[in-house]
Amino acid sequence: MITLRAFRYSFLNLVFLFTLFPSTPLRAELISGYEFLSNQAKDMQNDDFQNPGYLMIEKGLEVYNTRGENEKSCNHCHGNNGEKFTPKSIAQFPKFHNLLQAPVTLRDQIQFCWDKRLDNFPLLYDDTDLLALETMIRNKAYGEKVNVDTSGEMQPYYEAGKKFYFTRFGQMDMNCSQCHDVYTGRMLRGQKLSQGQTNGFPLFRLESQKMVNLPQRLRECFHSLRAQTFEQDSNEFRNLEIYLNARGNGLKIETPAIRY
Amino acid sequence: MIFKENILITLVIFMVLSLFKNSYAAEDMTNYLMTGDSINTPLDGLTGKPERGQALFRNQNKGNCLACHQLSILKDAFHGTIGPSLDQVSQRLTEAQIRLRITDMKQVNPYSIMPGFYRSPKKINRISPLYENSTILTSQEVEDIVSYLMSLKPNSFAEQQ
Ligand code: HEC
Repeated sequence: MITLRAFRYSFLNLVFLFTLFPSTPLRAELISGYEFLSNQAKDMQNDDFQNPGYLMIEKGLEVYNTRGENEKSCNHCHGNNGEKFTPKSIAQFPKFHNLLQAPVTLRDQIQFCWDKRLDNFPLLYDDTDLLALETMIRNKAYGEKVNVDTSGEMQPYYEAGKKFYFTRFGQMDMNCSQCHDVYTGRMLRGQKLSQGQTNGFPLFRLESQKMVNLPQRLRECFHSLRAQTFEQDSNEFRNLEIYLNARGNGLKIETPAIRY
Repeated sequence: MIFKENILITLVIFMVLSLFKNSYAAEDMTNYLMTGDSINTPLDGLTGKPERGQALFRNQNKGNCLACHQLSILKDAFHGTIGPSLDQVSQRLTEAQIRLRITDMKQVNPYSIMPGFYRSPKKINRISPLYENSTILTSQEVEDIVSYLMSLKPNSFAEQQ
């Protein structure tokens, strides 16, 4: 009798908990890639002098202040050193662009301004100037929580990105979810698998000793999968970025992060 | 004259046909017979060499099995923890079962993360041009690894410790 009663109580408790936090027990806890770093690598990230990402930010500021074909520079709209950027807004990328009637990443938005506001010839998506600007601007939202909208006009793009995330690619025939959801925390040889969160991008990779933005990192994943990759500004990678950033909604932006 | 030309044309047709036949054979190079969860006969009738199997097992560009599995007689610095330990796998599974698992684990578990080392390239989505029409391991290499795992008897662990 007593055990039955205890059972009934615990059951009721569970029902109660579910009504209080409807989705909590089902959703995995968000873990930034930071938590998977060694103490030494964590220190490196937190030290502006040791973290090579801050050199990229300096370079970004230089580009930011360079005048375009129309003699204006970014500071014409966004203030000295980007003081007019709002962290909340930066944390919402990728977001729907009303003029373009399409979602844009932060890189797309920079390209848009580069072309339309400074009258410059568009940058290549691989250009270090673009990487530097993205790093500098994203860093303006350091500590802000990622907050990507997945409703309304964004929804179909988000869904496409999610589908992509669960698609197997390449001779290794794996999808993103297998490493970054199913086996998170397990060792792949000497490396602990992280959740593959995007809150640190652009970031400095210890493995290649290089700053990379998200599409550049994705291309490295495709290389490991022995898969034919996609262009950096392809719709596939853009949709995936929407899904990945939204998947980490709530994580604090760490740009420029250090990762393996 | 007409007779000669006919022979020539037939010859050309045969040559073209044989070309097609070859490329068809190349595409379907991963021909094997699955019985239940096993492949009972060695791939392409080949015999494996355990020493080669061990090297392939560790090689990061080949089997790379240690990326996911542990094997305690190997003293490599890092062993993965994604798959189960393969110590004494020959006690749990038959040679024929191990052969299918290395050839194409997805035939056993469609959601497996383990790559199909001899999975038909036709079943692969967006394979890199560098690896077009190839499998991760050749049939000989699969047989080498099968023979290596089968050669690991329980006492070979005791010896090392
Ligand atoms: C990407 C990770 C990964 C790699 C690389 C990998 N495996 Fe596996 N393997 C697994 C997982 C996970 C399982 C467990 C079954 C499953 O989930 O499909 C498994 C299962 C097995 C099994 C069945 C074990 C049992 O007890 O049932 C064998 C045998 C095996 N692997 C051999 C190999 C060999 C040999 C290689 C190298 C040629 C290899 N694996 C490479 C992940 C991997």
